[in-house]
Amino acid sequence: MSEIRETGNDILVDVRHLKQYFNINVSPLKTKPLKAVDDVSFSIRRGETLGLVGESGCGKTTVGRSILHLYQPTGGEVIFDGRPVKSKKDIAELRKKATMVFQDPYSSLDPRMTVSDIIAEPLDIHKVFRNKAEREAKILELMDRVGLNSEHASRYAHEFSGGQRQRIGIARALSLNPEFIVCDEPVSALDVSIQAQVINMFVELQEQMNLTYLFIAHDILVVRHISNRIAVMYLGKMVELADAAEIYDRPLHPYTRSLMSAVPQPDPIVAKANKRIVLSGDIPSPLNAPSGCPFRTRCPHATEACAESMPEFKEVASGHFVACHRVNEL
Amino acid sequence: MEKPLKPFKAFSMHVDLDAFIPATEEDKKYMVQMRPSSTFFRDGMKRLLKNRVATVSLIIIILITLSALFIPLFWPYGYDQQLGLQPGKPVDPSYGNLKPFCYGKTEQERMEAGEKIFPHIFGTDDRGRDYFIRVVYGTRISLAVGFFASIIVLIIGMTIGSIAGYCGGAVDLVIMRIVDIIYSLPDMLMVILLASVLKKALGNSLDGTVLEKIGSNIISLFIVFGVLYWVSMSRLIRGQILSLKEQEYVLASRAAGAKGGWIIRKHLLPNSISVIIISTALQIPSAIFTESYLSFLGLGVNAPMPSLGSLASDALNGMSTYPYRMIIPAVVISLIVLSMNLFGDGLRDAFDPKLRN
Repeated sequence: MSEIRETGNDILVDVRHLKQYFNINVSPLKTKPLKAVDDVSFSIRRGETLGLVGESGCGKTTVGRSILHLYQPTGGEVIFDGRPVKSKKDIAELRKKATMVFQDPYSSLDPRMTVSDIIAEPLDIHKVFRNKAEREAKILELMDRVGLNSEHASRYAHEFSGGQRQRIGIARALSLNPEFIVCDEPVSALDVSIQAQVINMFVELQEQMNLTYLFIAHDILVVRHISNRIAVMYLGKMVELADAAEIYDRPLHPYTRSLMSAVPQPDPIVAKANKRIVLSGDIPSPLNAPSGCPFRTRCPHATEACAESMPEFKEVASGHFVACHRVNEL
Repeated sequence: MEKPLKPFKAFSMHVDLDAFIPATEEDKKYMVQMRPSSTFFRDGMKRLLKNRVATVSLIIIILITLSALFIPLFWPYGYDQQLGLQPGKPVDPSYGNLKPFCYGKTEQERMEAGEKIFPHIFGTDDRGRDYFIRVVYGTRISLAVGFFASIIVLIIGMTIGSIAGYCGGAVDLVIMRIVDIIYSLPDMLMVILLASVLKKALGNSLDGTVLEKIGSNIISLFIVFGVLYWVSMSRLIRGQILSLKEQEYVLASRAAGAKGGWIIRKHLLPNSISVIIISTALQIPSAIFTESYLSFLGLGVNAPMPSLGSLASDALNGMSTYPYRMIIPAVVISLIVLSMNLFGDGLRDAFDPKLRN
């Protein structure tokens, strides 16, 4: 089924026009599509970290899960390592090479399983090992890699702190030696001091195992620290994508600008000089998304043209993509 | 002139430098006390044993079960042995309707000759059968029915409930409508209908098999349990699984490539085990109760095999003269059902504190 396509060898994940709609019952007999992700395209290079930021409910997590085909995408395609993921066989292959680290370290570990069973679950599912000794050795190696004490192997997840639990989740994700990991807000449930440890561990693991990350977060500083490039989403659409430093220093989309102006500045002089761009109103419901540009209802620069058509997601500078009609004027 | 005190003399003290040597690895190990990790099951048992009512109930259940299992092995009388019936002699009427600790004519003669005779603790019934052993056998039947009926209910209810809960959508809809239909059938009517139909249908085909002694009525009871009573169990398990399958560890398992069967076996059922244990434990007394009143109505085991219900029913005839024959099986039924229920409640409190109200 899967044909080989030329995507360039350095691109690991290529997402093309990904759409993910959920049918919501609005009345007993009527359903309406909720466009959680609407026509999103981007690619992730081998070995890089792509940060994905946006407000809650903008579809960040859904993008991550759709790439892994935990939801069957409504439209578009995902090309992993040069092969489009389509059939069940492709998905089964993808499961071995791409995995996920979850946001909540409490609900993502089964309370009835010991740490070693949790970590070895992907190995058991794919029946990687012939004997117990081999399995045991792999578990201990993984625990060592994420900085867990080998004495903890027979304990239950509830006996650990949040940071340790997240390490268990990371060890589980690493167990099949994946190439690509979707990190779904892996540090937002942790204390700030623990966040730093876990983030640094992500960086170390990336270097050691040559991993590629899609790093989803809502904390821009965390994302900027770990990412090579950053993508910004709003209401199921991607509004801007650029190098981390570029998007941080020269945001082009009005939404990104407002987002960046909200980042706390440690230097009071700089902080005073920066003007905070406060958006009015709330994020609209994705069930009744505005026509044209999704951001126009809150955009300070919106014109009539913005209501008519969705702006194209185009490259305005080298590697800097923006979806805004008025990007050249602002 | 007095010597001035050395400054800070009062604050000087002797510091024992040995106390400040860095700890070696061994010392550190000694300090770290690893508490053995407590499993879900061990925690639950600890809480269960703290509950005095549940512990006493458990002891009563164990005692009753053990005596039902082992007393028949050494008891000198059989449940269908008519003591007054000796080969080649007419029936000795002195053995019928004996009072507790009374003996028949020939037994009294043998006792006078110096022989020791095992007493009839509860006397005998109108056919001269030792009543105690009949009560023990009746308990055996009741417990067996309760236990096996619950197992049947558990297996069917668990399978269907977990499939409905996990698959969701149209599968869930169809299964739950079937459950609703079965729920609305009057179960007593079904038992009575099935019992009478099965009796005719099975006819003599049971003769010579193990099932002959229990009879077609009990088999129809099992069938009715299997067909009707799984619905509440499956509803319960479906509800559990509906909420559990939204947990992130299930998603993590799917992201690792797990299929439905794996997720149900490894994650969903182990996490609903408390509900399963509790409802199974509470199913047993209800099955025993059903069996008892069916036997009382004459739809239970085949004579001469006794069950607690049929013993009580037989005792109705001589209720004013031999009230203990009615009271004994009634007390045993009550004791079993009550302690099972109390134990089930204790299990629920111990294993699933959230369910308490």
